[in-house]
Amino acid sequence: MIVNKETIMELAAQGKRLDGRQMTEYRQPISMDLEISWTAEGSAKVTLGETVIMAGVKLSLEKPYNDTPDQGGIMINAELTPMSSSEYESGPPGIKAIELARVIDRGIREAKAIDMKQLCVTPGEKAWFVSIDIISINDAGNLFDASGLAVLAALKSTRFPVVDPVTGSINYKEKTDKKLPLLKEPISVTVYKINGQLLVDPSPQEEKSYQARLTVASDKNAIISAMQKGGEGPLTSEEITQMVDLALEKGEFLRGELNKFVK
Amino acid sequence: MSNITVQERDVVIPGQVLAEGLDYLPGDNTYRQDDKIYARALGLFSLSGRVAKVTALSGPYVPKTGDKIIGQVQDILMSGWRISTGTAYTAMLNVKDASARFIRVTEDLSKILAIGDFVIVVITKVTSQNLIDLTMKEPGLRKINGGRIIQISSQKVPRVIGKKASMISVIKEKTGCEVTVGQNGYVWIKGDSPENECRAEQAIRLIEAKSHEEGLTDKIQQFLSK
Repeated sequence: MIVNKETIMELAAQGKRLDGRQMTEYRQPISMDLEISWTAEGSAKVTLGETVIMAGVKLSLEKPYNDTPDQGGIMINAELTPMSSSEYESGPPGIKAIELARVIDRGIREAKAIDMKQLCVTPGEKAWFVSIDIISINDAGNLFDASGLAVLAALKSTRFPVVDPVTGSINYKEKTDKKLPLLKEPISVTVYKINGQLLVDPSPQEEKSYQARLTVASDKNAIISAMQKGGEGPLTSEEITQMVDLALEKGEFLRGELNKFVK
Repeated sequence: MSNITVQERDVVIPGQVLAEGLDYLPGDNTYRQDDKIYARALGLFSLSGRVAKVTALSGPYVPKTGDKIIGQVQDILMSGWRISTGTAYTAMLNVKDASARFIRVTEDLSKILAIGDFVIVVITKVTSQNLIDLTMKEPGLRKINGGRIIQISSQKVPRVIGKKASMISVIKEKTGCEVTVGQNGYVWIKGDSPENECRAEQAIRLIEAKSHEEGLTDKIQQFLSK
């Protein structure tokens, strides 16, 4: 809506937002439900304001890649369902879904969040592979941050299934107490630049009005593991510094929210 | 002998018998078959005089001649603009209906209304093929500048406006915002500050959520007085 876009830009210059929030304020409620799926090894549903995202973790035993015979692997796939927004269609993933999956994947992978070597069962023959699915239930903006939270919560709730010691087949109906070897917990925060001002947790209308955005994944020691810049507008180095600072601060906030729900 | 088979303000479902006998007349969202009147939509039943009608709880906007709506310019054609109205059918705004001023053949139509602009227009004609003709020549009809546009269910529009525009005048008076409600569910709010616009938007969302309750005008008055 062009009228709203103009208004959003005008308000941003004064440090205000269309829905009356502060520039750096997340929508409430932020809530998480864990283990929502029986068939997944780990799953979570995250609600961020009106945005709802589900993530599921599935474990399987596969042959490791030839260049990393002593390591397992991770795959992330995102699906933006037509029920979550009128802009999405069923069929092969579009550019938004691909970017979402890759940004979340990079945050987890480059932080070395999962100890891949511990996933290996027999070097060169058998290792655990972690495949994560992200499904949007309702897109009311800020899918990046919501998906990052959902994936991390799902990973934290993951339990390995029982493996038959003789045949080596997996009994997915029973779970052990063994958790995924998580070394770090990267949380991604996306900072948007609208009319020269920085803000977080955009509404769908704000997502149509931004010039540039930067997704920053960081762990609890504020070590940055991945960044992704989006949008057509340029960013100065000062702006990037400000965005990273804001992302680290908000990452800490989201980590606090996550810890309320995940033990 | 005629009788009504449901109570006033009952929730009725499509195909439900509302009245038997020829003394009653089918109103909005109802139809007559043989000597019975049936509901056509899910909604609340009401009887005014001899007319039985159903106020639908949800559903798409059906264009009617004389409705004031808010539309968005979708395309620029040789002789006018194609306007998206939130219905399944396209609407046309002809050059001669767009402005009281004379528009030359050589003029660039995108200078007058560009793609994406919102306009307040009135439906002048809906053909049997559901093609819609619009006009922007009546007082109060124009291109929208500034403020914000929100979308509500078109079925809730009468509630947002209220009896004799009572509800909408409460919102206008309490927030100092200019509010235009299109029959198709688009609402344009423009106030002197974003805070006031926000309050007006919240009030309208509240009406949308509680539209079936009684005494809503008082509740909105209280909400806005806080």
